[in-house]
Amino acid sequence: MALTSPEVTQHVVESKLKQEGSDRSGTAFQVLLISCLVIVLGALVALLASVSGDGLNTLSSRGIADFVLRPFSIRPEKTGVFQGIVGTVTTAVIVALLAFPLGVASAVYLEEYYHDNWLTRLIDTVIRNLAGVPAVVYGLLGYALFVGGPFKSLTGGRSVLSAGLTLSILVLPIVVITSAEAIRAVPKSLREGGYGVGATRWEVTKTLVLPNAFGGILTGTILGLARALGEAAPLILVGANTSVFSGGGWGDLTGSFTAMPMIISDWSTRPAAKWNGVTQAAILVTLLIVLGINTVGIILRNRFDKKK
Amino acid sequence: MSAAKAGNILTIEDLSGDASRRLKERIVQVALTAAALTSVIVSVAIIYTLLVDALSFLGSIKLTDLGDSVWLPRQGRFGVLSPLLGTLWVTLVAILVAGPIGLGAAVYLSEYASPRVRRTIKPVVEVLASIPSVVVGYFAIRFISPEITQRLFEGSPAKNLMVAGLGVGLLTIPLMTSVSEDALRAVPSNLREASYGLGARKVTTVVRIVIPAAVSGLVAGLILSISRAIGETMVVFLAGGNVGTRPGSPLDAGTTITAAMASVASGTDNVKGVGNTFESIFFLGLVLFALTLSLNVAAGRFVRRVRQKY
Repeated sequence: MALTSPEVTQHVVESKLKQEGSDRSGTAFQVLLISCLVIVLGALVALLASVSGDGLNTLSSRGIADFVLRPFSIRPEKTGVFQGIVGTVTTAVIVALLAFPLGVASAVYLEEYYHDNWLTRLIDTVIRNLAGVPAVVYGLLGYALFVGGPFKSLTGGRSVLSAGLTLSILVLPIVVITSAEAIRAVPKSLREGGYGVGATRWEVTKTLVLPNAFGGILTGTILGLARALGEAAPLILVGANTSVFSGGGWGDLTGSFTAMPMIISDWSTRPAAKWNGVTQAAILVTLLIVLGINTVGIILRNRFDKKK
Repeated sequence: MSAAKAGNILTIEDLSGDASRRLKERIVQVALTAAALTSVIVSVAIIYTLLVDALSFLGSIKLTDLGDSVWLPRQGRFGVLSPLLGTLWVTLVAILVAGPIGLGAAVYLSEYASPRVRRTIKPVVEVLASIPSVVVGYFAIRFISPEITQRLFEGSPAKNLMVAGLGVGLLTIPLMTSVSEDALRAVPSNLREASYGLGARKVTTVVRIVIPAAVSGLVAGLILSISRAIGETMVVFLAGGNVGTRPGSPLDAGTTITAAMASVASGTDNVKGVGNTFESIFFLGLVLFALTLSLNVAAGRFVRRVRQKY
């Protein structure tokens, strides 16, 4: 074989450049990265599978309506999550009514009324730091303010109103941060157009900025809401019920209450042989609510993203 | 107004709009400021309640009581080292899980995945992020404990800090992934192109160029994940064992700052009546608040460093 045959040279150079067959570390690295994702997916699948078996059995043998509409009972085969559903839905409504307007107003202040002074900088720093405060600390605050503290006569102590107020405070920074991001994404030229025809700051905000930022704001609020509904730690401190109690129906804002995450937490610690089925069923119902809300949020976000 | 109508020169007053619009503007601004101030009030309220009750608790005990060997607040034993060590072990296990897995997933999503793969995998990570922690707590008791830890470490208690740490790690992965991915994607693509231009392979480019360039953001993600793991309550409350003794290793049952707070608050209906037991959780809350706040501030520094660079 001739040492300098052009075909051979070309082949050797080409394979050297492409590093064919020699990129073992590259392949190994990619396999390593993919296995990280596989672990994440596997964990999620295992989690969903671990709550599906007995949970689906319970729901199908008893009927979803029976399980959802029955109040607490000390007997697992008779117990339902009616009071938990009421508590969770009511807190959601309170959070939406309080955290949404307050959060959006704060975001408008930070983005549209921003003056570089100590007050705005303070508010900005405070909101950023509040977002990282653990949920259980908000529970302590809720306890100190609404359960044992100055607002007890208004909230009735350990009540769904206290829980709703506490969770509103918890999601407020999330709503502010995501709304501020959505407002920041509105193009400057739109505002300048508004000011150019003589509109005031509020008129520009109300008619140009907010309608354009609405998608992002809505998504942020919805995701915040889903987070609030899954929280159990603050509810332990606010004093959600886990034993059989009367009441806890619709509209009972100041009486005893419970919520879905509390029910799951309590039933998880009861003897598995008898309580596993209803615990899993309660988890499935909660996941349905939380993931349902999240899906709506993600779909809305994708729709608004596409428009841009 | 009258000046303009009369055909004279315009004055400043003519340009400032009519009085009712200005009044409205004023009212709106005051209302918005008031709304924004809620957050400041909330912060002050958190610090105030934590400080007042924590100090009143500290005043009611001897400070040497904090060095007790166990944390059993209902019996007046306040060995704070037990929950602190528990938090340390749980966080360590959680970060050893969430750090590498979260980073690996982020590197794949940012550097390797095609847009289509990214669009399908991203929502899965988001689903994991939205699973309530109490559900992960159940998963830790019924799956992680019997299927993983009980098999790997025979003879360890069914509920221990390792079980809790693995559960908390699972919860922390999405945060680590999303912060790291943002950091990696913020690396300008001309750095990658320059690397390819010099003949570097993909793996060399990612490991030697992209990851070092994103390191501030990655560190921020790690710190935020640690802070999140320290603050996680329900998984440890359900799966950690709730024992007040000092844990010697993650395989011991134990408690954490957060789980200790939850156990005092749950249980009896009249916890406040039992001496200073209930006040003790405000002390724990203050420790927790100080820990997570300093970590979050540190993470914020790193995030700002990324922004300044690019």
